[in-house]
Amino acid sequence: MTAIQKLDENPTAHLSPEDIEAFGAEIEAIRQEILAKRGASDAAYIRRLIAFQRWLEVGSRATLLASVFPPAFVVGTAGLTVAKILENMEIGHNVMHGQWDWMRDPKIHSTNWDWDNATPAEAWKHSHNELHHTYTNVLGKDNDLGYSIMRVDEDQRWHPFFLLQPLWNAVNACFFEYGIAAYDLQLGKYLPMKKEDRPEHFTKGAKDVLKKIRKQAGKDYLVHPLLAAPFGGFLPTLVANFIANVGRNVWSHSVIMCGHFPEGVAVFEKSSIDGETKAEWYLRQGLGSANITGSKLMHIMSGNLSHQIEHHLFPDLNSNRLAEVAPQVKAVFEKYGLPYVAGSLPKQLGSAWHKVFRLSLPNGWLATTTPKNAPKRVAQLYKMSTGGRKARKAIQAELDAAASSREFTPAA
Amino acid sequence: MSSTLLPQTGTRPGARIGHRLTRVFEAATTPLLPADYLDLVAPLRPGADLRGRVVSVEPETADAATIVIKPGADWAGHVPGQYVRIAVDVDGVRHWRAYSLTHGPRRDGLISVTVKAVPDGKVSNHLVHRTQRGTLLHLEQAAGEFVLPADEHGVTPASHRKLLFVTAGSGVTPVVGMLRNLFPSTDSGVLKPARSKDLDIVVVHVAPSQPDSIFLRDLQALDAAGAINLVARYDDEHGVLDMETLGQLVPDLAARTTYACGPAGLLEALEKHHTAKGLPLQTEQFRAATVVAGDGGTVHVGGKEIAADGATPILDAAEEAGVLMPSGCRMGICMGCVLPLKEGAVRDLRTGDVTMADAMTGPVAVQTCISAAAGACHLDH
Ligand SMILES: Cc1cc2nc3c(=O)[nH]c(=O)nc-3n(C[C@H](O)[C@H](O)[C@H](O)COP(=O)(O)OP(=O)(O)OC[C@H]3O[C@@H](n4cnc5c(N)ncnc54)[C@H](O)[C@@H]3O)c2cc1C
Ligand code: FES
Repeated sequence: MTAIQKLDENPTAHLSPEDIEAFGAEIEAIRQEILAKRGASDAAYIRRLIAFQRWLEVGSRATLLASVFPPAFVVGTAGLTVAKILENMEIGHNVMHGQWDWMRDPKIHSTNWDWDNATPAEAWKHSHNELHHTYTNVLGKDNDLGYSIMRVDEDQRWHPFFLLQPLWNAVNACFFEYGIAAYDLQLGKYLPMKKEDRPEHFTKGAKDVLKKIRKQAGKDYLVHPLLAAPFGGFLPTLVANFIANVGRNVWSHSVIMCGHFPEGVAVFEKSSIDGETKAEWYLRQGLGSANITGSKLMHIMSGNLSHQIEHHLFPDLNSNRLAEVAPQVKAVFEKYGLPYVAGSLPKQLGSAWHKVFRLSLPNGWLATTTPKNAPKRVAQLYKMSTGGRKARKAIQAELDAAASSREFTPAA
Repeated sequence: MSSTLLPQTGTRPGARIGHRLTRVFEAATTPLLPADYLDLVAPLRPGADLRGRVVSVEPETADAATIVIKPGADWAGHVPGQYVRIAVDVDGVRHWRAYSLTHGPRRDGLISVTVKAVPDGKVSNHLVHRTQRGTLLHLEQAAGEFVLPADEHGVTPASHRKLLFVTAGSGVTPVVGMLRNLFPSTDSGVLKPARSKDLDIVVVHVAPSQPDSIFLRDLQALDAAGAINLVARYDDEHGVLDMETLGQLVPDLAARTTYACGPAGLLEALEKHHTAKGLPLQTEQFRAATVVAGDGGTVHVGGKEIAADGATPILDAAEEAGVLMPSGCRMGICMGCVLPLKEGAVRDLRTGDVTMADAMTGPVAVQTCISAAAGACHLDH
């Protein structure tokens, strides 16, 4: 994928500025329609869900008191994993977006909520709501593109470091909450600095994160195992909490990868968002996101981020309404001849991971490698990885030439 | 997520253990609090945020009903004439309103408010017509100065034994609260306990028309039992009450302490009349006075930028935008909504006065419920 402006076939090329404004007005109308009719049933939905999640967590933790017995271990671990996923995705993420602020319930309000996650609410709200949602898929602005450790676009120069990015990505998935915390802090930028040079907001932020992690780890890996200890369940409970946390992390990482990484999702150049109108913003949000198709359960477990396109168009619209607006949004996209990227979880996840692998290799390498020329390509890759910049440049030129030859030009 | 599990009580040996236990529970539930889980099963328990459960909704007239509520364990009681602030979720949105407590403290520990549905009124219509038994409401402790003085035995002092109550519309409610306390009504009729024997009470009750009058039955029963002297006045029959007529209706007006509750217009007229004659008056207003609108502006509050017009209280505009705002009576009497104005200008909707703040003046406290933006303004919240 390349910045949308550089694509041979810019999917918005056929739209005049007037078309884009008309498109924006239709999207806005969908939002207004929901705002006018949301009410008691929506409030009941989130309260029911929160109550269900809390009961599930209490029930699962109670079951884990008996976790020396394998059936209790299995049931408790599964329940706790689901509870943690619900808490982070359909509840925490969405409450902290302010999706439920309209109820004016201080207990379910973005300013008061904190979630079961290593990242403190304040830090996450800043990096997620203000940066990621504002600069969605803008190269160099949206750190969600690769969480700063990956090569996510052909335009980013390849370096042997990226060969290992599938591994980084897998590790990041397992410990995603810590990855987010590090990324919210911009750890990569500030940690290498000398202590006295680091800005105050970083030092304070790091302190808050450590405090949060201490509390989180204390709960999952100390307090609850200790409560189970009299029943011989210290270790199994600790393991159960670990599995639940990793399970939640891998799941949320997967959902988020599906939101912006699959093929067909557009990225944008920095210059393209200068003086962006609301309608253009809608356009970028829609083209920069991808949906996951699936059952109602899948939607709830993903925090309705399976409706990523709709969520990015209307970040503060309560998630329980996204399924209802999705067909309307899709119809508007179709009417204006715009791509609406959607696919099943396996398909989108496969597509996203394929991209991670493809970009871990030099541009064109994967596309121009066939069983016949494989030995040659591997040798080239070895030289690029071990040689200096010059070697990389020369071989890259060969790959580029091969990729643009007729044989490897993709059909679509 | 604000209250803790156990109230922290002094230095009793048990308190230390309780405190430790609380810490353990908190460590087990972080980032939530134990209270967030206990609320699922015992929302009315001691230590919880103050709530109440609707026990019954009893219609009084076509558009008024008495809501009987079982308050949470921490309800501290009230004095007749006081009001309670109640939060009701209407169409999923929480609204706070003040209602007078209409029964003196009851033996069964229940409290009640009587609500009249006003045209287009969000909360009053919901309470009167659409509230079901079992509904959970949020409450605040009783408040208000509109009460009769009493000694430690609940006896009204000699200075307040000749009284005049002037009530208009639903303004009758706090007065009924006081009267019910002085003269408990039972199945066998109205009681006149010894402490209330020689009270001399006149009630002038004003309403647009007769059937509209809530609590008329109560007042008539008290009148029939000789406990009070009721003068009912209906605008459509008798014309709007003026002060001259009041003097004719209550010839010994000067000998009485007056308590008045109703809309601003009536109270202002009474205040003028009584101040001129040097007579004692205690009032309670149920509704803010007329709006003096001007140009609006952008309000910065709670991390949001809100475009507000010059007629909408900042409190309403900010709540509409999803900001959690402190509030109270919503009509400029309780100071529950005060926030520091750091910069800019606001207009008092009752008087039209403009208040300004900048770096030189420093922050100025303003009541957001009766202040509208008068240009861009920045509130600290
Ligand atoms: C100390 C105190 C005690 C109170 N006690 C009682 C009580 O015992 N019983 C009771 O019914 N009300 C009482 N009120 C009034 C009550 O708090 C609400 O203002 C009233 O129920 C209207 O609320 P709403 O949400 O229905 O109307 P809103 O939706 O807020 O207003 C809708 C419309 O009704 C008008 N309006 C607002 N209040 C009144 C009113 N009181 N009369 C006529 N029109 C109005 C508004 O100007 C507006 O145009 C008391 C108020 C105070 C400050
Ligand atoms: S809310 Fe009571 S003074 Fe504003």
